[in-house]
Amino acid sequence: MPDPAVAEIQDLSFAYNRQPVLHRIRLSIPQGKVVAVMGQSGCGKTTLLRIIAAALLPSHGSARVLGQDTRVLDRDGLYALRRRLGMLFQFGALFTDMTVYENVAFQMREHTALPEDTIRDLVLMKLEAVGLRGATERMPGELSGGMARRVALARAIALDPELILYDEPFTGLDPIALGVIARLVRQLNDSLGATSIIVTHDVAETLPLVDYVYFMADGRVVAEGTPADVRRSGVAFVEQFVNGRIDGPVPFHYPAAGYAADLGLAQAA
Amino acid sequence: MNAIASALARLGAAVTAGVWRLGYATRFFGYLLLHSGTAFRRFHLTMREIYFAGVLSLIIILVSGLFVGMVLALQGYETLQRYGSSEALGILVALSLVRELGPVVAGLLFASRAGSAITAEIGLMKATEQLSAMEMMAVDPVARVVAPRFWGGVISMPLLAALFSAMGIFGGYLVGVVLIGVDEGAFWSQMQAAVDVRNDILNGVIKSVVFGVAVTLIAVFEGYDAPPTAEGVSGATTRTVVTSSLAILALDFVLTALMFTGGNAK
Repeated sequence: MPDPAVAEIQDLSFAYNRQPVLHRIRLSIPQGKVVAVMGQSGCGKTTLLRIIAAALLPSHGSARVLGQDTRVLDRDGLYALRRRLGMLFQFGALFTDMTVYENVAFQMREHTALPEDTIRDLVLMKLEAVGLRGATERMPGELSGGMARRVALARAIALDPELILYDEPFTGLDPIALGVIARLVRQLNDSLGATSIIVTHDVAETLPLVDYVYFMADGRVVAEGTPADVRRSGVAFVEQFVNGRIDGPVPFHYPAAGYAADLGLAQAA
Repeated sequence: MNAIASALARLGAAVTAGVWRLGYATRFFGYLLLHSGTAFRRFHLTMREIYFAGVLSLIIILVSGLFVGMVLALQGYETLQRYGSSEALGILVALSLVRELGPVVAGLLFASRAGSAITAEIGLMKATEQLSAMEMMAVDPVARVVAPRFWGGVISMPLLAALFSAMGIFGGYLVGVVLIGVDEGAFWSQMQAAVDVRNDILNGVIKSVVFGVAVTLIAVFEGYDAPPTAEGVSGATTRTVVTSSLAILALDFVLTALMFTGGNAK
């Protein structure tokens, strides 16, 4: 991966209340690429995304994002960095007291001195990009899950971010909405000249659209490579995850005492 | 021995947690005051909250004020007529409302109607990641969401208390003068002569401002600190109403002791 890195994670560890979550993570996100971080729920991938977004600081190691070491940023530096990021939350996190239009205009009004006419044009352009120019006056509560996710995407790209972070963008969507979001992720990344990091466990939708994949298990990166590499991977966990096998390194059964003993049959036998 | 030790440990943990939370709330209040600039620079944000906390509370405040004033007049007349001083009904109604019942009852109603709504709204914004989204957009949620709600509540509360008292006096007039037949001239003139702007009205306004700060601070803090779950938001909303009500009654005692006793008494 020869392109310059937009985000560089070096030897990063993280613990919540002394409970280790991430161990010695190293990864590099090259400019212009769409990179997926995949793994089971609870493997630490959302924590990793929050560290890249500088919402959490590493306990050990470093995270350099857009050339900034997140550990040394003060509040102003942090906010300056975040103005260059866009983030799509798992369920959109739209402001429920604002219309679709106001949601997308929010950052423009907060961070720029643009006249209202220009903001209007920009908002309509962003909404056109996600196919929802006709829904400007709708409230978030009136949108379907897929539409809400698309509005959130328009809001995330409102200020043309250099790095877009996606936290489980495909969760809870019907197949059509899922396909739309997947296509938009790739399209917006390429048209904006941005870089994207997708945290997800959705194999079928993710592998065709990303350039590179990191697989995580138990807070560690256990495999990485292009989607083709991943499909051919000999790592047992990756093989189980990609093919959705119910048993393997991740066992079907939660560890428990012997079944017969639990049923009170062991002594009789 | 073990039971005593564990009871002491639980008591210690509860006290430590309470003190820690009080310290956290104080730091939160300091941060809120420091980041209140947006609430005044972009005053339309605060105006919106004055509408939700103040204007939408008007009905309950006005109707309650009317009935409290009517009951005061009925009860007051019953007592005053025994001593042949039923003309003093205006004084009794006005002083009771302006000094005590106006700020206290309006504060209790404000805590139930607006305080609980503020906590639930901020708590739900937290639970649905709206506050995190704002943080990620480099917008401070305390400055953008919490401060306008805080100042909206602080501005609304004294106005609501004043309207409560005015409506209560009108209710007292309806029952005392129109219904029972107390002399109208005596009702108003005695009230005018006895109610002092500084000792009565200003002290009532000070009380309502203090209650406004206490209730709204508790409401925004509980919402901001609520665990991001359905039970968390529900618990925070309940705590807002209970803590605010107790805070109003306790502060009322302290303020009354400072204002209306000793050298300051009329």
